[in-house]
Amino acid sequence: MRRETVHAWLLLTPALALLVAFTHWPAVATLWDSLSSTPRGARPAHWVGLANFAALMDDPVFFQALWNNFIYAIATIPVSVVLALAMALAVNRAIPGRAALRMAFFLPTMLPMIAIANIWLFFYTPDYGLLDQVLGALGFGRHNWLGDPALALPSLIAVAVWKEAGFFMIFYLAALQSLPPVLREAGALEGASDWYYLRRVTLPLLMPTTLFVLVNAVVNAFRLVDHVVVMTHGGPDNATNLLLYYIYETGFRFMDTATAAALTVVLLVILGALAGFQFGVLGRRVYYR
Amino acid sequence: MTLPRRLLLASGLAAPFVARAQSATTIDFLFPVAVGGPITKMIDGYARAFEAEHAGIKVNPVYAGSYTDTLTKAQTAAKAGQAPTMAVLLSTDAYTLIDDELIVPFDQAGDTKAWLASFYPAFLRNTQIDGHEWGVPFQRSTIVLYYNKDLFKEVGLDPTQGPATWAAHAEAAVKLSKKDARWGTAIPATGFTYWLFQALVAEAGGSLANANGTEVTYDTPASRKALAYWLSLQKSGATPPGLVEWGTTPRDFLEGRAAMIWTTTGNLSNIKTNAKFPFGVAMLPADETRGSPTGGGNFYLFKAASAAQRTASLTFLQWITSPERAAQWGVDTGYVATRPDAWETPAMKAYVAGFPAAAVARDQLEYAVPELSTHDNQRVTEPLNNALQAALTGRKEPNAALAEAQATSSRLLRGFK
Repeated sequence: MRRETVHAWLLLTPALALLVAFTHWPAVATLWDSLSSTPRGARPAHWVGLANFAALMDDPVFFQALWNNFIYAIATIPVSVVLALAMALAVNRAIPGRAALRMAFFLPTMLPMIAIANIWLFFYTPDYGLLDQVLGALGFGRHNWLGDPALALPSLIAVAVWKEAGFFMIFYLAALQSLPPVLREAGALEGASDWYYLRRVTLPLLMPTTLFVLVNAVVNAFRLVDHVVVMTHGGPDNATNLLLYYIYETGFRFMDTATAAALTVVLLVILGALAGFQFGVLGRRVYYR
Repeated sequence: MTLPRRLLLASGLAAPFVARAQSATTIDFLFPVAVGGPITKMIDGYARAFEAEHAGIKVNPVYAGSYTDTLTKAQTAAKAGQAPTMAVLLSTDAYTLIDDELIVPFDQAGDTKAWLASFYPAFLRNTQIDGHEWGVPFQRSTIVLYYNKDLFKEVGLDPTQGPATWAAHAEAAVKLSKKDARWGTAIPATGFTYWLFQALVAEAGGSLANANGTEVTYDTPASRKALAYWLSLQKSGATPPGLVEWGTTPRDFLEGRAAMIWTTTGNLSNIKTNAKFPFGVAMLPADETRGSPTGGGNFYLFKAASAAQRTASLTFLQWITSPERAAQWGVDTGYVATRPDAWETPAMKAYVAGFPAAAVARDQLEYAVPELSTHDNQRVTEPLNNALQAALTGRKEPNAALAEAQATSSRLLRGFK
């Protein structure tokens, strides 16, 4: 073997070992587990083919979790991204108290999700929680935010948006700071309105950031379930059961590792397809300088 | 937990201690509480006191979070070949532990017959499976009714006793309700929905599962009646619409937002310490009969324990469940002392004389039913929780919801017949 080749492999080894041990091997093992039965006591796992996936097709909770996750993603992704952009544009100009405002927008991101969930649990408490006290003072009466199936998922979505928007704002803010000021001056000379400048200059130049933020937002829509654990346990009647929480519940509460593995494979396929779409289709429309 | 000890053993400095460590028998047991707080101090205290009396046995409590976390930890540790000697887990986890072949029955671990007979039979029923005794009752609870005596007086109800029947309870709840200010009664519907429902079903003269844990009976005349009663409380405006949150129910009571609450005896100390008004504790109201499920945790003995560890565990369990300690544990925590003779100790007698409410749960044991428990328990119970929540939030017609839960859970139990 050539000396350079050996060298290259040696340099690759640390990263490769970590990737194989913590990413590739677990993924392959999950695929294998999803095709086997759950081992119980003295009965070891045996090959069952696609039976676990067939059982999922009969599982109404699986479809409900899938649908909930779809709603959750469709609501959190655009709202948090648009909000992040708006906040970044707001604090990108010279206004009094700019540092404090930036800090306030970014604060939710620094808190762990579990802490956030506990804070919001207090906001959402019926009758004497913060939200109900404010709404009650305005004459709107009582709401069972987390106990009403119609309100529970929107309540969790609000928490997720609150946490995420500040995080994405940081990326937009950094990108806005790096835009060359000459473009602004050129736009002013040509008589472009603020809105026109935003639409035709700023937003296209922010596209690489938007793609990055979107990828993160999509991943987070499937990954962030800490608040479900703290606030609702997927209830009432599975109204807030998300795919990852259902995987946890199946794997570690029901101890049905085979079904949990099958669910994980479904999640991997969904995320893989979304990533493929984002990098393949959206990525081609992104203009990199 | 085991890691630092292994490091210590591995290091040369520790060599002189190795011989001594090996001659002592170590009992590791998982205990369901988060680290810190008064409970861990008490358990640590018991462990040290026991070690002082029993040279050669080391007791090592491991605090593992909630009951669910502890079960998960025990199961995953056992799968990795690191099973604990014992664990305190829910009485309803017995089938799961047996099916996974993780635990051994106490009647096979030593001469335990007379000792086990000293506990209240109601606390043993959940773990009497296939003719064996699989659990030792430790932190056991049941559901009781707490009521606010000031509010009872305010609306002209007798503050010396709680409502004795469903009808009296419903009537009192309506009287006690005050629009936008407080609810007459609150039955929590999150967290342990099936548990509260089981009380209603038992009162209506029904049950939710057979004794072998192979069949559920979610959809019976008694269960339909129980759910209809729960919904009628909602309809009369005496209890909040939607779901009452398990975690905030005691707080609702303490804030005067709910005049009566149904919750575990485990809340007794909390409510006693924090109530700024005189409160009473009563047995749950009766329909056909009185009734309330037991709850809480037992000690389980793991298969992986060596013969020496099993013997040491039995010594420890007999020590920690002695009448005096069972009484003290009950006084300190609010859990129901697990054996009749504990209630005859001077400490407990003095406590009950000053605080008669503490004895209500004991007196109710006469009507107690074992907590709902089947094979694959967590999963089989979940459809019932979902059905109840769907009915209570008005998303499904109650009887149809029960029938659906019955069908789903029967399907899950097919393999165990």
